Amino acid sequence: MIKKDEIIWWASENFWKKSAIFVTGLMTLVLVLLTFDTVNKITAGSKRVPAYTVINNQIDYKYNKTRNMFEPVIGSESPLFGNMLTAEEAEGLINLGKLTIQAKNCMNCHTLLGNGAYYAPDLTKAWLDPGWGAKSVRETLMLNFLMDPENNARTFGTNRKMPNLGLTEAEAKSIIAYLKWMSSIDTNGFPTNFKTIKQ
Amino acid sequence: MINMHTLNTIHLNSGQKIAIKYFSMAVVLFVVQIVFGILAGTQFNNPEFLYQIIDFNVNRMVHINAMIIWLLYGFIGSVYWLIEDEAKTELVGKKLANFGFWVLTIAVLVVVLVFLFIQSGEGSYASIWLINEGREYIEAPRWADIGIVFVMLIFFYNIYATFIKGKWSGIAGVLVLDLAALAGVYLAGMFYSDNISMDQFWWWWVVHLWVEATWEVLVGCIMAWVLMKTINADRRIVTTWLYIEVTLMLGSGILGLGHHYFWIGTPEYWLTIGGFFSALEPIPLVAMLVHALYDSGVKNFKSTNNPALAWLIAHAFGNFFGAGVWGFFQTLPQINLYTHGTQWTASHGHLAFFGAYATINIAMFYMAIQVWRGNIHMGSSLIDNGWKWKTSLALLNIGVVGMTIAMLIAGYKQAFIERAVEGSTWSGYFKAQSDPSFLLAMDWRMTFGWIIALGLIILIWDLITIGSHSEMKNNKPKLLST
Repeated sequence: MIKKDEIIWWASENFWKKSAIFVTGLMTLVLVLLTFDTVNKITAGSKRVPAYTVINNQIDYKYNKTRNMFEPVIGSESPLFGNMLTAEEAEGLINLGKLTIQAKNCMNCHTLLGNGAYYAPDLTKAWLDPGWGAKSVRETLMLNFLMDPENNARTFGTNRKMPNLGLTEAEAKSIIAYLKWMSSIDTNGFPTNFKTIKQ
Repeated sequence: MINMHTLNTIHLNSGQKIAIKYFSMAVVLFVVQIVFGILAGTQFNNPEFLYQIIDFNVNRMVHINAMIIWLLYGFIGSVYWLIEDEAKTELVGKKLANFGFWVLTIAVLVVVLVFLFIQSGEGSYASIWLINEGREYIEAPRWADIGIVFVMLIFFYNIYATFIKGKWSGIAGVLVLDLAALAGVYLAGMFYSDNISMDQFWWWWVVHLWVEATWEVLVGCIMAWVLMKTINADRRIVTTWLYIEVTLMLGSGILGLGHHYFWIGTPEYWLTIGGFFSALEPIPLVAMLVHALYDSGVKNFKSTNNPALAWLIAHAFGNFFGAGVWGFFQTLPQINLYTHGTQWTASHGHLAFFGAYATINIAMFYMAIQVWRGNIHMGSSLIDNGWKWKTSLALLNIGVVGMTIAMLIAGYKQAFIERAVEGSTWSGYFKAQSDPSFLLAMDWRMTFGWIIALGLIILIWDLITIGSHSEMKNNKPKLLST
C-alpha cells in the first residue's frame, strides 16, 4: 500500500478536490454571466427574437452571404387574417397560442426549434413551408387543417395523421399566429437550405 | 431462527428499508416505460394503431416520463441504500423519508392517470397547472412540480443531516452538494414563458444540467461506493477518482449546455462555446470507464455479487458509448445543423439513458436483493450458473444496442434526405419517413424493442427468484460474513 506522503501531488486526493471545487465554481460563474447576456438577447422585441407585432408583417427566410447562414427577413405589412394588431393584442394572441401548444402537447409529436419528438414535421418554419401552396390560401388551409386534421390530412402518402385535438377557432388562429412569429426568430441558420413558400 | 435466504427486511438497516420501496417502484415504472415504448414504436410504424384513443404524443410522453421517474426512484433508493453504511449512523428522518416516498408515489400515480385519461386541456394556465405542461421530459403539471421539489427537499435534508450527525467523507461532500444542485436546477423549469426561445433556454437548464451534469456526478458517487462494496476497492483511490470525474464532468458539462443553444434563437457565440465544451464531455466518461475496469481488473473481477458487477461494467461501457461517443457524433454545430431533431438524437438518447443510468440502477437492484435475502453469495454458487441474470443482461444490452444502431441508420437517411437534400420542408420530412431504408430500420427498431421487453421480463423474474432456496446449488445459500 502506498503511503499518503509518497503520492505525487497531481495524483493526490487533495489536489483533485481543490480542482473540482475551482473548476465547478468557475464554470458556474461563466454560465451565469453568459445567461445574463443571452436572456437579454432573446427577450421578445430584441434583434434575434422579434416583438410579437412582427405577425403584422411579411416574413421570409433567406441566405445571408456575410453570415454564411439562412436568416429571417422581415418585410412589408402583411397582417394575419387581415387584422393589424396592436402590441397588446399581438401579445394576447401569442400567449394563447403558446398555452395551446403546451396544453395540447404538440411537442410529443412535432419538434419546435428542432426540439421535441420525431413523429411529425418540425414546426420552426412551418409558416413558410411551400406545402401550403400559395400565400393567398395559406391561412385558410392552416386553419382548416388545425380544426379538422383528420379530413384535411397532409400525410404525403405515409398515413400518419394528426389527431383531432378539439381546438376552438380562437385557439387554432392563435397557433397560426405563433407559427408565424416563431418563423421570424433568428435560429443561426437552422434549418439550412429551407425552400420557402413563393413570396 | 431467521430463514437466511428469504426476503426479509430484518436484514436491512432503516435507510435500506426505505430504499427497497424506491427500488420496487422503480421496477414498476421501468415496466411502464417499456410498455408505452412498445405502444409508441408500434404507432410509429402503423399510424392507425390506437389513433384518436391514445395518440402517439400521449404514449411517447408516458414512455419518457416513466423513464425519468424510474431512474430518479432508483437514484433516491440507491442513496438511501448506502447512506447508513457511508455515514456510519442511522438515518435521521425515517418517518419523513417514508412520507416523502408516499407523496411522490401518489403524485406520480395521479399524473400518469391524468396523462392517460384526460390527456390534454384547453389553451389555458389551468391546463398547465393541472393536466400537462407540454414540455418534453418535464410534462408533469405545475402542482406535481411543487410536489417533486418538496420531496427532493425532504430527501436532501435527510441525507445532509445524516452525514452531519455521522461520519463525513469525500463521497458525502460530493453527494450533498450534487443533490442541492439537482433540486435547485429543477426550479429553472417551473415557470411559463410565451417566448419559446426563453422557454427552451431555461428548459435545457433542467434537462441538460440534470442528465449531463448532476445525474452523472450522482452515478459517480454511487459507483464509488459500489466499487468499494463489490470488489473491495480502496477508499482513497475511489474518492480521488470521484474528484477527477467531478472536475472533468462539470468542467465540460456545465458549458456543454451550449450544444442545446445552437438553434433556439440564442446568440451565435453558443456555437463556439457549445461545440468546444461538449466535445470535451466524453473525456470524464473515458476516465470513469478506465477507473471502473482498471479497479475491477486489479481485483481479478472477483466479486460476491456477479450480476451487480456485470451491470456495473455495462454501465461503464454504456455511459462511455451512449453518452460519450453517440453524443460526440453530432455535437459539433456543423454536423448538428443536419442531425438536430432527427432519429440521430433518438439513437443517442436511447443508448445514453440506458447505458449511463438504467444499468447502474439495475446493479443497485442486485446489490439490494443480495442483502435483502440475508447477504448471500451471488457468484458461482447460483444454480445453472445464473442463466437468468446472464440472459436478461444479454437481451437488454443487445436490444438497446440494436435499437440504437437501427435508429442511427434511420437518422442517417433522415438527415440526408430531409435535411441535406430537401432543405427540411414538410414534404422532405415525409419523403425521408417513407424511404425504404428508413422504414426497414424502424422495423428493426421494433424487433429490438421486443427483445428489450423479453429481457425485462427475465430480469424481473430473476430479481424475484435469485438467491432464493431453490436457486442455490445444493439448496444451500452461501452466506457472506458481515
